[in-house]
Amino acid sequence: MNITVEEVKHVASLAKLNLSEEELSRFPGQLDTILSYVAKLDSLDTTGVTPTTHAFSIHNAFREDLVQESLPRDKALANGPHVNGEAFVVPKIIE
Amino acid sequence: MNPYELSIAQARTELDNGTLSSRDLTRSCLDRIKSVDGRIQSFLLVTEEEALQQAESADKQIAAGNVAALCGIPLAMKDLLCTEGVTTSCGSKILENFVPPYDATVIEKLKNQGAVLLGKTSMDEFAMGSTSENCAFAVPDNPWKAGYVAGGSSGGSASAVAAMECLGSLGSDTGGSIRQPASLCGIVGIKPTYGRVSRYGLVAFASSLDQIGPMSRDVTDAAIMMNAISGYDPRDSTSVQQSVPDFTASLKKGMEGIRVGIPAEYFTAGLDSEVAGVVENGVQILKDAGAEIVDIRLPHTEYCVAVYYLIAPAEASSNLARYDGVAYGMRSEDASSLENMYRESRSAGFGDEVKRRILIGTYALSSGYYDAYYKKASQVRTLILQDFQKAYESCDVIISPVTPTPSWKKGAHSGDPLSLYLSDILTISANLAGIPGISVPGGFSKDGLPVGIQLQAAHFREDTLLQAAYNLELGTGLANKCPEL
Repeated sequence: MNITVEEVKHVASLAKLNLSEEELSRFPGQLDTILSYVAKLDSLDTTGVTPTTHAFSIHNAFREDLVQESLPRDKALANGPHVNGEAFVVPKIIE
Repeated sequence: MNPYELSIAQARTELDNGTLSSRDLTRSCLDRIKSVDGRIQSFLLVTEEEALQQAESADKQIAAGNVAALCGIPLAMKDLLCTEGVTTSCGSKILENFVPPYDATVIEKLKNQGAVLLGKTSMDEFAMGSTSENCAFAVPDNPWKAGYVAGGSSGGSASAVAAMECLGSLGSDTGGSIRQPASLCGIVGIKPTYGRVSRYGLVAFASSLDQIGPMSRDVTDAAIMMNAISGYDPRDSTSVQQSVPDFTASLKKGMEGIRVGIPAEYFTAGLDSEVAGVVENGVQILKDAGAEIVDIRLPHTEYCVAVYYLIAPAEASSNLARYDGVAYGMRSEDASSLENMYRESRSAGFGDEVKRRILIGTYALSSGYYDAYYKKASQVRTLILQDFQKAYESCDVIISPVTPTPSWKKGAHSGDPLSLYLSDILTISANLAGIPGISVPGGFSKDGLPVGIQLQAAHFREDTLLQAAYNLELGTGLANKCPEL
C-alpha cells in the first residue's frame, strides 16, 4: 500500500483541514504504515458476519414528547467567538 | 498522618466522627498540590476558591446529617468532563477557552453528593494517546520516576491520585485510557460496562467505546465511586436501564466458586518478563483465595488493535466535525469565507495526533473505502465480542497484564505512532466488547516502576470484577501506596 500526497490532500480537504508542507511530508508515510498494519484484517473471512456498531444491544431510546427547559439564549451564546446578542455571526455566505 | 494520605473510606469515617473537617481535608490536598504539582503536572486547572466553598458547604451538610459517601471528599476530574462555569479544554488549543454552560451527569451526581472538586486534570488532546504527551498544555510526570510517562489518556487523573493530590479522580477509557495510566502509576482504575455510566457532558472521542470511570487509591474507594456515578440517564441514549447494586457489598466475599480465566493470547512474545511475573503472582493469590483457575481462548486478540484504529478514528472524525469555529472553541479571525474559517480554525486548533486520527477516520469512511475498512472492522468487532461471550461460559473473570511493559521515558515513541498504538493491545478488547475491566496494582519492576494486573468480567458484572480485585489487593498488600515526593 502506498498513500500518495494527493490522497492525503484529498482526505484532508474532506475533513476541512489545511495541511502544512511539513505535515504533508510526514503524514503520508505515517498513514501508510498504519493502514498497511490494519490490512491484516483482510486475512479473516468475515462473509456473513453481522457488523457490531454498539457492543451492548440498544433499542431506540424514546422519551415522552413533552416540552422541556432548554439552555437560555445568553448561556448558549456565551462561548461564541462572534455573537450579536441573538445569533452566532459568521463570514458572509451569499454575496 | 496528613489528611491527604487518607483513602476515601478512611476520610469518610473521620468526617462522620467529626475528627476531621472537609475544609481541613481540602486544604491539605490543595497544599499537597502546591508542593508537588510543579513536578507532577497533574492539573491543568486548580479551582481552589470553589473547592474551599464546596468544602464549607459539605461540612454544614455533614453536620446536618448528609450521609452521602462522597460528601466532603476532594476529587479531581479529567478535563473532558463538562463543568458548569469552569474551563474544560479537553487538552486542546481548540477548546482552550471553552466554559461549559452545564455539568456532565457524573459531575452533577458528585455535586449532589456534596463532593469537593479540586480541578481539572491533564490528558492527551481529545483523549487520543497513551502517554498524555499529546496534551497541548502540560504533560504529567510519573510520580514513581521522574521523566517517565504517567500513561494516558487519563494521565493527570492517574498521577494526581498516585501523588496523593486528591483522594480519587474520574477518567475516561476509550481503548484503555483509565486502566493503562492506573497501571503505570500504581493505582486502581476501572472502566465500567458500556452504558453503565452516563456519557452526557463527556466530550466525545469515539462514542461507541467511550466510558467514564473512577481512579482511586484502593479497590474499596473504586466501589464507593462506582456507586456514586452509575445509573441510567435519559440524557444519554446509550445509557442502559439496569439496576445498580451496592458495589461495596461483594468485596469481602472471598473467591470460592469464582472461575478465573487465563487467556493464552495475552501472554505472548512481546510481554515483559517482569510484567508476566507480576501477573503470575496475581493468579496464585486468587487461587490461594479459593478461585478456580481455567485456561480460556480469545483467538481474535491479535486483530483488536487494527479494529480499534479504524473504528475509533472513524467515530472521532465524525464527532470532531463539530469544531468549526462557529458556536464555541477557537476561531480563525482573518478568514475570508465560511469555508476558510472552518479550515483555518481546525488546522490551527487541532494537534498532530488528532489530525492524524481525523485523516485515518475520514479515509476509512470515504467513498470506495467504507466496506474495506469500517465495515470490515465492525465485522471483526463482532468476532471479538463473540470470543468474550464464549469465554464467559467457562469463567467469571479474566486475568491478564494491562500493558506489555511498565512505564517508559517521555518521547520514546515520538514520530512512530504505530509502535505506541500496539502497546494498547491488552486493553482495547474490553472497549470493543463493551465489558468492564479494572487495573489493580500488582507489584513493581526492579527499576521501581508500578505494574498493574487487569481483570475483565462479563457485561454489568462489576460486582464480580471488584470482588476479585479486592481479593487481589488483599494478597499484594498494595492499597493506598505513594512514592516519596
